[in-house]
Amino acid sequence: MDNKDNTHIVKYRTYLFVLITLIVFTFISVAITGIQLGKLAVVGALVLASFKSSLVLWYFMHLKYENQFLRLMVGLVLFVFIAVLIVTFFDYSFQ
Amino acid sequence: MSTVAVHRDDVGSKIGMWLFIFTELLLFGGLFIVYAVYRYKNPVAFHLAGEELDVTVGTLNTVILLISSATVAMSISAVQYGNKRATLSYLLITILLALFFMINKYFEWSGKFGHGMYPGSEKLTELGQGEVLFFGLYFAMTGLHALHIIIGVTILLIMLVRIMNNKINKTYFVQLENSGLYWHLVDIIWIFLFPLFYLIS
Amino acid sequence: MSNSHNQESSYLDYKGRFKGIFAWIFSTDHKRIALLYLYSIATFFIVGALLGLAMKLELIAPGKTIMEAKTYNGVFTLHGITMIFLIVIPGLPAVFGNFLLPIMIGAKDVSFPRLNLLSWWVYIFGAAVAISSQFLGNGPPDTGWTFYAPYSFRTTTNMLPAVLGAFILGFSSILTGLNFIVTIHRMRAPGMSWLKMPLFPWALYGTAWIQLLATPIVGITLLMIVAERTLHIGFFDPTLGGDPVLYQHLFWIYSHPAVYIMILPAMGVISEILPTFARKPIFGYKAIVVSTLLIAFIGYFVWGHHMFTAGMSGTAQFAFSFLTFLVAIPSAIKVFNWIATLYKGSIQLKTPFYWAVSFLFVFMIGGLSGLVLGSLATNVHVHDTAFVVAHFHFIVFGGVGYAFFAALHYWFPKIYGKMYDEGWANTGWVIFFMGFLILYLPMFVLGIMGMPRRYFDYVDEFSRLNIVSSLGAILMIFGLIVIILNLVRSARYGKTAMANPWGGPTLEWQISSPPALENFNEIPVVSKDPYDFSNVKLG
Ligand SMILES: [Cu+2]
Repeated sequence: MDNKDNTHIVKYRTYLFVLITLIVFTFISVAITGIQLGKLAVVGALVLASFKSSLVLWYFMHLKYENQFLRLMVGLVLFVFIAVLIVTFFDYSFQ
Repeated sequence: MSTVAVHRDDVGSKIGMWLFIFTELLLFGGLFIVYAVYRYKNPVAFHLAGEELDVTVGTLNTVILLISSATVAMSISAVQYGNKRATLSYLLITILLALFFMINKYFEWSGKFGHGMYPGSEKLTELGQGEVLFFGLYFAMTGLHALHIIIGVTILLIMLVRIMNNKINKTYFVQLENSGLYWHLVDIIWIFLFPLFYLIS
Repeated sequence: MSNSHNQESSYLDYKGRFKGIFAWIFSTDHKRIALLYLYSIATFFIVGALLGLAMKLELIAPGKTIMEAKTYNGVFTLHGITMIFLIVIPGLPAVFGNFLLPIMIGAKDVSFPRLNLLSWWVYIFGAAVAISSQFLGNGPPDTGWTFYAPYSFRTTTNMLPAVLGAFILGFSSILTGLNFIVTIHRMRAPGMSWLKMPLFPWALYGTAWIQLLATPIVGITLLMIVAERTLHIGFFDPTLGGDPVLYQHLFWIYSHPAVYIMILPAMGVISEILPTFARKPIFGYKAIVVSTLLIAFIGYFVWGHHMFTAGMSGTAQFAFSFLTFLVAIPSAIKVFNWIATLYKGSIQLKTPFYWAVSFLFVFMIGGLSGLVLGSLATNVHVHDTAFVVAHFHFIVFGGVGYAFFAALHYWFPKIYGKMYDEGWANTGWVIFFMGFLILYLPMFVLGIMGMPRRYFDYVDEFSRLNIVSSLGAILMIFGLIVIILNLVRSARYGKTAMANPWGGPTLEWQISSPPALENFNEIPVVSKDPYDFSNVKLG
């Protein structure tokens, strides 16, 4: 078995940039809730959370450097989860 | 015991860890489905109940976890550079940050308990049904998350020892990578818990 | 090739660090673990079958026959829990998957042998916890295997051990699935591309993904029941604002895909056996692969057909009914492929073939009755009646059970290096098959007449068919005894088996029977298609 694709080393600086972005977006999402956006506030918070977690997946968890298969599978799992949520709401939003 | 020579397959172990992470995501996913349904049914109550939580503590804990996620990633770069001291320091910082997170969590929960707010308490049942569900989910989801932090810290401590013994080194560090993956998972779950509980008021 | 190993080096005789039973329960060899599962599952199966027989004896006449209503509730719950969680869900993957997956893809073991052993231990631990629910203080659980809320957290019986046991068993299932996925990705022999992989490994691959992606949902749901009982959180408690129907959603999000955890490997077994006994490549290899993956995928979104009468929205009912019809298509594709495989084949009539063909027969009846349940209008009529029980047993017992016996006879020579007795095996099959039909066919009719499931009593007009059905149960148990005794005897005293007694084309038939500890002397290099019969020699 080849153990080759472990050789990629991510620079400390990359992680630092990502971390700063993540913290900035945390404060943005806190700030957004200060404004009265009504229903949009939830959507906004979730969009920001998804963005933040994709950064974690992509850089911290090295998906960027992993093989295609893993990326595909992560996408599949998220798709399945979201689809299950939607199908569940076929029931609740039409009651 | 078989005598099959233990073959080393780092890529395989990493795939295995990812698969395990998928199951963890879906475990929390079940709770997120419950949350979504009850929030949909009780929007006002969730809104009001969310105001009971302290945004400052929540934000602080978010930042703590984000930093710890970055440091555990850096420890992997350090081990690849062959820098044992840096690896240990980054890992130690991660563990300390996790402990900070737990201390915050402890004060937050004990504050709630002090006000008579805990699952099944009289005060909680006197509130509306939506509030009961909100706090029920709050305790269940952050509780399960805290349990994962405890498991994560234990794993990271084991890694710390293994690095000190040179069991994990420049040429063999897949265990550290997998522990890091687990730690990032804990972080990702919190990234969603934070807005859903603290920021919906 | 069969002569290149002497008997000493077979995995059965191998002497390692431990002696006696410890050489088995601490072995990380995938073949020994497979047999650990086989023996544990067989033990539980005998218990589960006797519980089923007890129910049929209770139902042989109206009113109380051999047990009280409360006992009956406990018996059908335990029958369900053992059969579902201890036997059919782990069944084929844990026994035949473990034994054959590495061999069929040309590997020496699974990717994580120690994790594999851990899965078995977790399985035994979960089984012990689940079974303890029968003997602890407050009486056996009486909710049925579905643990429906709110009753599951209101009943005073021992729910906690039953629910926790199911949770632990789920964990074991996840670990096995994880192991198989990594094994298939990383351990295939050189030259074995994805489309050169036999269909049983393919089926295990699809199954493993369902195990991985569906089990956590039921895991957390069961934990919520635990939390509900101990902490009164209100997840599913209507008095606290919770929604019991949401429990049903979460439960079936797992438990419908679980049906495919059971049936996909069964389909895989059939796809192995039919080509061998028709001496013809499987018809439509790619179509079967694609339909396996489609079933795994679509099967994830059809759970609501278990809840048509639970008060779901009309839109959801429509959506679930539609999706259910959709998932029937890939199953039907497989049936057509199997039949086309037999067409113009040179068929050898051996026991595994009989089992496989009777599988086709009962599976089609089960599948077609599933369409009756999948359509909204007819579902409302037969919901929660004996019709559902009949359909379910045709699919799960008729599917997994038949495939299990097919697999057991097919790979028996490989596993033990001995031949079973053909005459007794066929006799057992005939008795079992007759008993099965006499037992379950009347239940379709009873269901349409309106006999509800899960009652220990019924009105007099149902009595004639119930007598028939109960007699069928006795016959079927008799057949089972013949089958099991024959296999147990043959494992000891059977004639020595050759490496390839059936003329099978896949890799497991090219190594000795029983296999050596590490399966292959040298990792094979694969160049031909899995069902290529050229150069396949008998013996
Ligand atoms: Cu179903």
